[in-house]
Amino acid sequence: MSAISASLADSRIMLRRNFKHILRNPVTIFNGAVMPVVVMLLFVYVLGNAFSVGERYIEYVTPGMILLAITYGLSGTAVSVNSDMTKGIINRFKVMNVSRGAVLNGHVAATMLGTSIAITAIIGVAFGLGFRSSATAGDWLGAIGIIAATALAAAWLTVALGMAAKTPESAGMAIVPLILLPFLSSAIVPAAKMGQGVRQFAQYQPFTPIIESVRGLLAGTPSGGYAAAALAWCAGIALVGYLWSRATLSKRA
Amino acid sequence: MATVKPHPVTGGTADAAGSSPAALAVPAAMRSSAIAVSGLRKAYGDKIVLDGIDLDVQAGTVFSLLGPNGAGKTTTVNVLTTLIKADSGTVRVAGHDVATEARHVRAAIGVTGQFAAVDDLLTGEENLQLMADLHHLRVGEGRRVVISLLERFDLAESAQKLVSTYSGGMRRKLDLAMTLVTRPQIIFLDEPTTGLDPRSRRTMWDIVRELVADGVTIFLTTQYLEEADQLADQIAVLDQGHLVAQGTPGELKRQVPGSHVQFRFTDVAALDAAARILPGSTRDDEALTLRVPGNGGTKPLRDLLDRLDEHSIEAEDLSVHTPDLDDVFLALTGHPSTEAIAP
Repeated sequence: MSAISASLADSRIMLRRNFKHILRNPVTIFNGAVMPVVVMLLFVYVLGNAFSVGERYIEYVTPGMILLAITYGLSGTAVSVNSDMTKGIINRFKVMNVSRGAVLNGHVAATMLGTSIAITAIIGVAFGLGFRSSATAGDWLGAIGIIAATALAAAWLTVALGMAAKTPESAGMAIVPLILLPFLSSAIVPAAKMGQGVRQFAQYQPFTPIIESVRGLLAGTPSGGYAAAALAWCAGIALVGYLWSRATLSKRA
Repeated sequence: MATVKPHPVTGGTADAAGSSPAALAVPAAMRSSAIAVSGLRKAYGDKIVLDGIDLDVQAGTVFSLLGPNGAGKTTTVNVLTTLIKADSGTVRVAGHDVATEARHVRAAIGVTGQFAAVDDLLTGEENLQLMADLHHLRVGEGRRVVISLLERFDLAESAQKLVSTYSGGMRRKLDLAMTLVTRPQIIFLDEPTTGLDPRSRRTMWDIVRELVADGVTIFLTTQYLEEADQLADQIAVLDQGHLVAQGTPGELKRQVPGSHVQFRFTDVAALDAAARILPGSTRDDEALTLRVPGNGGTKPLRDLLDRLDEHSIEAEDLSVHTPDLDDVFLALTGHPSTEAIAP
């Protein structure tokens, strides 16, 4: 009991520290909050009209942009986790009896907090650009649940990648595939319109069921199959990220 | 520990300032070991980093582990501070086994590592507050400790600035201040002055002396011989994973050939006479000096003076030269201290 409350207290202290880091790093703020909005404006105003997606493009692309808002903020987390590991401060925390894992929990929580701000901004801009949803309150809750699960899974995987990298620079690079992955899903255009090979990849990669379930919920036409697949992917990725980062934490002095 | 330990920052008890002579007056037998290490071994793969280390550090003293880069100093500190596990041997710190009672050990120690473990994106004050929070100090007490540490370490003016703007010396001071927030009984300083300018180094030395005066035990690693000489009560010389010597700075110096007594005379006649009766001596006719090998012990010195007296030779003056720790290192290890050892 007291171990859990100590861990929560330490995690909260770490969250405050990490969130200050995010707020004080202009590059992180730009990547995490401004870039997704810029990309969204690009796709909706510049490219979107050239795509035929079977509905208004803003309605189609908003769930995809929510996903980009999750992934764009991750490089800052990876670099920040790695800096903690490589610049010696982790040893200070270890020697202080700080709860095992509070450092990691703090990074995950700060990333989630940053991501939720970026997603709020994206949804606000989407409504400004004419996004309309026929989702019920229940649908919205379901969508928020899947988005939160995705953000959690992505955050844990990012923490693990940041822990495993040798330098902050390579930690930043390790996240690039994760940032590109939504483009190879049905986030921007339907997978069915992609070339041979890419299409199969897009159909089976985790972001597609995540996108499709959120898209269904926001359109008021939820699909149980996509939602179950999305949550299963999120649980699996979060578990791998969690176990991997804990293992790295015990291994590295 | 039965002793009442004043807070190293605020002083705590009224007699804190005068506690240093009192601590020295405690008979050696009554002192307790702050750190006791026996048979410590650690290898990374085929490379043996520590090969059977035995150490005993008395509470309230400064112990210096001296050695060149790559000797195993940081590995020793990492084992003693619970960061890595030894392959074999026993290590007790503050009376607790580092392997089985790591939590108790951690509660008693503070570590300031080789690279300042400070948070660049926080201000100096926020860094200290972070330590106070993680140590679960009550809000009011945390504030008091943070403010007094900022003042003590001369960081109050820069307290609101991000640490990324601090100089190297300020970062080290902040690093040590962060270590002190937790009021450790035993502080490990791993090369605390490496890379600092001479003025910052002296400041650091003064801080270490103040801590010892407050009753804190210091385990200091350094590759600077002068630093160990200045600060340490006991020095252990570490070379390629072995302790090659242990003792007080004076004892170490006396182990080394090269000690000599130097006489200076008023004229060549006296120098000639002295050189005749003191075989093995080296003369310098220009300076009118004569060097006689031997250590600075009082008995041999008295014998020397007696012999000069027997022959009615008057020396203008006399000085005893002991080698510095650089000579010690060369003599003990067969290589200069500054030479990095290839693994």
